[in-house]
Amino acid sequence: MDDLLADFLTETSEGLAALDTALLRLERTPDDRRTLGEVFRLVHTIKGTCGFLGLPRLEAMAHAAENVLGQYRDGTLAVTPDGITLILHGLDRIKLILQALETSQAEPPGDDRDLIDALGEAAAGRAPSVRAAAPAAGVAAAPLPADGAAAPAAVPVPEAVSAPAPEARSTPAPEARSTPAPEARSTPAPEAPATRMPEAAAADPVGQGAPQSIRVNVEVLEGLMTLVSELVLTRNQLLQLARADSGGAFAGPLQRLSHLTTELQEGVMKTRMQPIGNAWSKLPRLVRDLSQELDKGIELEMHGAETELDRQVLELIKDPLIHMVRNAADHGLESTEARRAAGKRAAGLIKLSAWHEGGHIILEIGDDGRGLDIPRIRAKALAQGLAGEAEIAAMSDREIARFIFHPGFSTAAAVTSVSGRGVGMDVVRTNIERIGGSIDLRTAERRGTTFVIRIPLTLAIVAALIVEAGGERFAVPQLAVVELVRIGGSGARVERIKDSRVMRLRDRLLPLVSLPALLRLDGAATAAADGASPAGEAGFVVVTQVGPHVFGIIVDRVFDTEEIVVKPVAPILRHVTMFSGNTILGDGSVIMILDPGGIARAAGLGSEAGEEDRRYERERGWLAERSDASTALVLFRAGDETPKAVPLGLVARLEDIPVERIELSCGSPVVQYRGRLMTLLPFAAGWSPDPAPGARQAVLVIAEGERTFGLLVDRIVDIIEDRMAIELMAGRPGVLGTAVIAGRVTEIVDCAHFLAQADAQSGGDWFGTGPAPGARHRLLLVEDSAFFRHLVVPALAAEGFSVTAVENAQQALRLREGGIGFDVIVSDIEMPELDGYGFARAVREGGAWAGLPMIALTGRVTPADIERGRAAGFTDYVAKLDRSALLASLRQCLEHPAAR
Amino acid sequence: MLDVLPHAAATPLASGTGRDGVAAGSPALPAGGPGPASRGVRTAPGGAGPGAEEPVTALLTFTVAQQICGVPALGVRDVLGAQAITRIPLAPPEVAGSLNLRGRIVTAIDLRRRLGLPARGPGAAAMNVVVEWSGELYSLLVDAVGEVVALPASGCVPNPPTLDPAWREAGRGVHRQAEGLLLVLDVERLLAIG
Repeated sequence: MDDLLADFLTETSEGLAALDTALLRLERTPDDRRTLGEVFRLVHTIKGTCGFLGLPRLEAMAHAAENVLGQYRDGTLAVTPDGITLILHGLDRIKLILQALETSQAEPPGDDRDLIDALGEAAAGRAPSVRAAAPAAGVAAAPLPADGAAAPAAVPVPEAVSAPAPEARSTPAPEARSTPAPEARSTPAPEAPATRMPEAAAADPVGQGAPQSIRVNVEVLEGLMTLVSELVLTRNQLLQLARADSGGAFAGPLQRLSHLTTELQEGVMKTRMQPIGNAWSKLPRLVRDLSQELDKGIELEMHGAETELDRQVLELIKDPLIHMVRNAADHGLESTEARRAAGKRAAGLIKLSAWHEGGHIILEIGDDGRGLDIPRIRAKALAQGLAGEAEIAAMSDREIARFIFHPGFSTAAAVTSVSGRGVGMDVVRTNIERIGGSIDLRTAERRGTTFVIRIPLTLAIVAALIVEAGGERFAVPQLAVVELVRIGGSGARVERIKDSRVMRLRDRLLPLVSLPALLRLDGAATAAADGASPAGEAGFVVVTQVGPHVFGIIVDRVFDTEEIVVKPVAPILRHVTMFSGNTILGDGSVIMILDPGGIARAAGLGSEAGEEDRRYERERGWLAERSDASTALVLFRAGDETPKAVPLGLVARLEDIPVERIELSCGSPVVQYRGRLMTLLPFAAGWSPDPAPGARQAVLVIAEGERTFGLLVDRIVDIIEDRMAIELMAGRPGVLGTAVIAGRVTEIVDCAHFLAQADAQSGGDWFGTGPAPGARHRLLLVEDSAFFRHLVVPALAAEGFSVTAVENAQQALRLREGGIGFDVIVSDIEMPELDGYGFARAVREGGAWAGLPMIALTGRVTPADIERGRAAGFTDYVAKLDRSALLASLRQCLEHPAAR
Repeated sequence: MLDVLPHAAATPLASGTGRDGVAAGSPALPAGGPGPASRGVRTAPGGAGPGAEEPVTALLTFTVAQQICGVPALGVRDVLGAQAITRIPLAPPEVAGSLNLRGRIVTAIDLRRRLGLPARGPGAAAMNVVVEWSGELYSLLVDAVGEVVALPASGCVPNPPTLDPAWREAGRGVHRQAEGLLLVLDVERLLAIG
């Protein structure tokens, strides 16, 4: 039965019940204008709705009754008991038709001419013979006593007679999947079984007027839920007490009480449950409209519409769902022509699926469209500074795709038209995370994109892990917990240096947050200051995931998990963002519920500012000249006593490998690492493996895109944040220069040098110039667009160039005045103030750079441009974004300097 | 005319278990006390003299560092002995923590801190005066609970201008009584923290 009809039936039977009473009142007090108005309105509404739904028999009946009432209302006719009786008969007929409608989904055949005529007579002011009219009723019409008690017998549904007693209805049959109407407006759920279970439906007509569903105010249900929650808590408390007092007389009854409470809880929860199909009901129409609007064939498939979830959750996911379907239709699916060209079915498919999985609902929204445009997202993320070059280069496609959830990522019009997805995906994510859910996606080029949403079944009662930190207990929502890792003793080790702590978890460096420190619990201050004794750190790390961010929360102890009832915190505590609520545990104590999202934000993970900072760090890593922002640096010792530093952003992992795993290949150390051979480069000359049995070797794993190598160092000292102002340029290969870091003279490692060396060893050096130290070419990049700087710098650096990037020609010329030497210059053409041509002329005019090869990098490559460039002094002209052409040109310029 | 009413609230309470709160509201007050009408209650018929018709306010008195204070008794839901209080990290210093009152979570406000008084000595247990304000329960931690008194509104004089700002902000006026001055506290303003 469709929802509309179900709504109509519920509404109309309510209206009819009210009408009966009102009509009787009217009969007693014929002059009561208000009652008359009410009666008229009710009948009018029924008539209107019937007309709308295309129920002619009902409409005609109601119309006839309305006519009479209209006369009454206008005062042209006096209210008479006969008239009222006639109208009541009309209403009874309507009830009969409604019952049949409920059973068979269609108006029963029949003729109401008798009653309609009688009502017509009445309306015309002639006293009709009621007695005569009523018995002459049509097929469906029984003799119509006002109470209608005999009516069911006449309903044209034979099963009705043999149907079960009314009790069967009053207790909602378990198979009647869903209980009533949490929403005040619609009650589709209880009707739904009727379509699937004719035998159940057959039972219904018996109860003339007795509705199978009743409307209950949402507040009543909410109130019940609160009470049940309290009951659960009280029960838990009792159980805890009883545990201490085993064998008492209370044990039995308490057990029973406990069971009943659980059942009650489930029952009340059920009243709040609604099939997810309710949230989907608008989608077919939406898809149809979109299909026409966009002129694409779109099919919508829905699986698991009967999956139930809490109505509160349902309400909250409705809008995100619509948004995502719209996105899929609009951007995910290609045009019909494009699909044909790609050999796909002409009509695109949007598929929604829902199912239960361990206390959660998994909801998938997938399309078989073109998939996300990963390169575009990557470029956009870089341009927006959401991550540094090195970081992005190390990311998997899936990680890159997740940028679409980033706040602000999608707002730029360019992205929606290019990458396809993303309008408001951050809003979708926020909404879903707000209800404790998570969202992720899978995408495959040309195969489509699927969003996977995981949401809790209910918000009211959640599973939480109870932890202790600084002597206080806290609840962590289980949903956010990925795993638990024991630290200290035989467990994993926290590498904790100064304020930043990390842990090696399999193949990644996991940032850690100390709960006592974060919450400023007693003793936390002293512990934090006591940085010299990392060995003293014992406890657990709760590995937590918030969106794409995974981090560890250090706690002292972990207890078991408990079902908790989330209660909001008092208004005066709302500003403490670290907590999402509080609750009462089984032992009666109050406990705060940690908000992993709040913790991540407080710890600077995932916040906009944090990422901006990190982007800066990366950038400064390459732009060593003008570094005023602080950079996270890994400090280590190798060879001599001078501390060495490498930007943390370039370090993929810190490893500590057993020396015996280091093998030699062609005389160079290598290690089998994650299924591949990784080249190991000693930072200091004269490195040899520690012969002691069981010795371990500290390795910094540096990754640039697909290429990794391990830098062998003596000892990892620290991770610090500091300005990386290189004050002395290096005279030594592998060292960029020297800077004062944390008050000490520190050598800044030149990763590109080692990267080139590693390439050479693995045969990947395609410069052909050999990895001889010092042969690394110094390249000056003049480019006003930050975006292209981000794009070009890492690409060139990865190829072994030592890149210095400047924003404009003036800065470049100042470097010349400063006596800084380069091997090659790559310059943009269109730049403010001094453009590329002017810059080339200035370089060629004289000075140390006059003879350097210069490559123009530009968006315009026409013969005329090239000619103009050559005239100004450029050696070669290369299109922007054409990385291989640039590299080829560079190789040529550097190998054959005479060629220019 | 200061009718000192009998009350149950001041009875010493067993501490620590959290299940033995004594409702201070209805049973302690005279028939007119918890009436639905208003905060103002009338003295019982046959009460003292010609002023009997004058509106009076029922106040629950308690002491905070020797100072006698009072809050309108109608707003008081419970009076409890010492409770297990869970600290709330990062909360304003006035918030002592939260406690469980028959399944409801009550935020405890340390009145000593709120009023800028020295902290309670070690071992000195606080009493809880649980008040309801805008649908939430708050417990005012006090040193000792006194009694419910009905005081005529006319007996209340404005705060002296020299009063400590924190007190002036939270105080609604002062009643002169035989035992000393009784400062009437405004619950809403007391809770205006954070």
